[in-house]
Amino acid sequence: MSAVKRPFLIAFLASAALLALTACGSSSHAGATLTLYNGQHEQTTAALVAAFEKHTGITVNVRTGDEAELADEIMQEGSSSPADVFYTENTPVLEELREKGLLAPVSPSTLAAVPSRYDSVQGDWVGVSARVSVLVYNTSQISSSQLPSSILELSEPKWKGKVGFAPSETDFQPLITTIIKFDGLATAERWLKGLQANSKLYPDNETVVAQVNNGESAVGLINHYYWFRLRAELGAGAMHSALHYYAAGDPGDLIDVSGAAVLSSSSHQADAQKLLAFLVSREGQEAISHSHSYEYPLRPGVAPAPGLRPFAQLKPVPMTPAELGNGHQALALEQKLGLL
Amino acid sequence: MSTFASTAPLASRWTRAWSGRRRWPLVSAIGAAIAAVLVLLPLVFLVVEAQQSGWGEVRHLLLRHSVAVLLWNTVRLALACTALCAVLGVAGAWCVERTMLPARHLWAVALVLPLGVPDFVVGFGWVSIDPALHGYLAAVMIMTLSLYPLVYLPVAASLARIDAGLEEAARSLGLGPWQTFWRVTLRQVRPAVLGGCLLVTLALLAEYGAFEIVQYRTFTVEIFTEFKLGFDAAAACSLSLVLVVLSIAALGGELALGGRGRGWRAGSGTRRSAPRVALGRWSAPVLAGLAAVAGLALGVPVGSLVYWMARGSSTTLPSASILGALAHTAEFSAAAAAIATALAVPVSALAIRHRNRVTVLIERLAYLPMALPGLVIALGLVAFSVRYAFALYQSSLELIVAYAILFLPLAVVGVRSAMAQAPAQLEEVGRSLGYRPTTVWRRVTLPLIAPGLGAAFALVFISAATELTATLLLHPTGVNTLATQFWAYTSELSYGAAAPYAALMVGISAVPAYLLSRRMSTLAQSERTR
Repeated sequence: MSAVKRPFLIAFLASAALLALTACGSSSHAGATLTLYNGQHEQTTAALVAAFEKHTGITVNVRTGDEAELADEIMQEGSSSPADVFYTENTPVLEELREKGLLAPVSPSTLAAVPSRYDSVQGDWVGVSARVSVLVYNTSQISSSQLPSSILELSEPKWKGKVGFAPSETDFQPLITTIIKFDGLATAERWLKGLQANSKLYPDNETVVAQVNNGESAVGLINHYYWFRLRAELGAGAMHSALHYYAAGDPGDLIDVSGAAVLSSSSHQADAQKLLAFLVSREGQEAISHSHSYEYPLRPGVAPAPGLRPFAQLKPVPMTPAELGNGHQALALEQKLGLL
Repeated sequence: MSTFASTAPLASRWTRAWSGRRRWPLVSAIGAAIAAVLVLLPLVFLVVEAQQSGWGEVRHLLLRHSVAVLLWNTVRLALACTALCAVLGVAGAWCVERTMLPARHLWAVALVLPLGVPDFVVGFGWVSIDPALHGYLAAVMIMTLSLYPLVYLPVAASLARIDAGLEEAARSLGLGPWQTFWRVTLRQVRPAVLGGCLLVTLALLAEYGAFEIVQYRTFTVEIFTEFKLGFDAAAACSLSLVLVVLSIAALGGELALGGRGRGWRAGSGTRRSAPRVALGRWSAPVLAGLAAVAGLALGVPVGSLVYWMARGSSTTLPSASILGALAHTAEFSAAAAAIATALAVPVSALAIRHRNRVTVLIERLAYLPMALPGLVIALGLVAFSVRYAFALYQSSLELIVAYAILFLPLAVVGVRSAMAQAPAQLEEVGRSLGYRPTTVWRRVTLPLIAPGLGAAFALVFISAATELTATLLLHPTGVNTLATQFWAYTSELSYGAAAPYAALMVGISAVPAYLLSRRMSTLAQSERTR
């Protein structure tokens, strides 16, 4: 019997020793260091941070997580937050922090690097990159003549059983918010009800695009970059789907922005502003184009990844990220209909 | 804090127990107190957080019509899954421990291994095979296949130690083999079955990853949604209070059903192991059944990982970190397993050797965190450490303690069963021979419960190595674990790059799972040959 328990005894003692080591071992870096809370896709951030570190010699500690979780941590941490910069996939979470007074003003030259409609109205966060809401469709199930010109058509009975979307994704509420703004709350609710009746619900956009590609759903509501990423993973030969852009100005044709902000609690304000400036600099924006994240850089004159429809050719609905607010009205509507 | 008034009898009992003639060993009392404080810490901050949104808002959240749906979804899933896990766990354990099953050592390992496959990998594997898979039945199937080892393990251990005498007596009194099984064998292992079922129910209440993938909405899924979309920690915490109530119901239910019964023996002689049953013409169907369970529970997720790895990856993320992630995962999990096991010893020792209301309450308390999603426990710890222990905030130590709290129930189950089976008389003999309590502990108790400690360590290690949601919130900045890296890659759609991380998670969990099953079978053998 002793032969059997020995491995466990050894494991137990070894881990006790490890624990002791863990408790005492925390290293600190020399030189300037920033802490970046990263809610953006890690891929994009890794490329940006590497370029920034090379460019400035400032070390960046990256804490990657779900943006809502990071935002909650920032709110809990308050004035003692270790975070200097917060970089997110969506703006509602930045608006939430702005409303709570946790963001420092972004330096005017950084704000000026991208079109002002993609920045915070108050100047508390800057837009970094963008993606556009599109319809992905399975090319063997839907012909291009059947495609809707407006996202509002997807609530019609003829789409029954054909649609897939992810009601709990952060990319979905902005669509509801936009429809509320342009067509009113009643229309938005009717639309959402119809869409719900027509659709299969998926946990996230990654699943939506994969399921449309598989033919599980005929069409799906996503942002364009999920399709490009799936193509990068599977290879063009395995793609049985394509992207459809809604008509110009349609509420479905929405630009979602990824943004960044400096925390007002940061004790490295100057360096933090440098990081923000770098994100929207030509070099930073090109790093985004080359990172295979398939997002649109927002700085004018920087080309997106090859294969993307040029940003200037997009004819989105005139809705700014700031107008999207924190999205609580859209959430309430989803909750009312039992989508969340 | 009007609850203080109602704890007054407990407090007096506490002092009575302390000053009474059965004095608790001081070390045990301190250890159990630490365990109780650690368990209560996140729970207290949960209530504090929930209160922040105001009770009116809490009431509004809890009385929404969708809450009824969530409650129904959660309860019907818990009932079906727990029942199925009980059947699968008992049947599997009986086949391995009580029949002349061919290659049973192999089966003993294969049936435990699914425990080492993280829930999100299981869900991911199934959905890769059948994208249409979602809803109630999918959730029941996936969770049954990943949780039944929690019943299998204690029942197999218990079956291996059953005394032959009772069954023989039953047979000699005219009961048939089936009747003997139902009325004697099953009754003997009932505490093990119920203990396992309790763990299954609690784990189901807290499950998130798999349900998110198969689109099945339980309370925990709702808590995540509320938190991630509404940025509303307070709402998430209020909804978690429902989970606390549900888990208290499960804990009470297990007590009421007699989960704390003890085994009986015929006569006072040395325990004799029961003989194994020849399977005969049942061999083929039993083997097919076991192969199906192992194949579905293990083959599907592992198969999909192999498929994704073979497809290759297209990620542009730096890939150097895999060894670092492995080292961190092993380090954090092992440390957490050591702490949880160490805490489980006093909790179990007091609950068994000094059974009274306080010690049983502490033991029951230790189960609560398992029913709460890792996210919620982590939120509680964040709230605590930000305010009162900022040095701990985002430290490895805090993450390790979080794991220890989350998986303390698994450690308690392992230690408790060993402690219950170690005869107290032996310790008394030791003391009567004039040994000091510490010597008795070292030379008598420890060797007796060592297998239980091993089981506790292994169970906690496996669970911690695959934990994701608390890890995302608490990990030290810049430190990745296998689970967080897997998550990062899959959220990039880089399944090929994600798969090796999941495979390593399964790999490092397989080691303790293997040792766990080996330990049990060797133990049973040594008893048999004794």
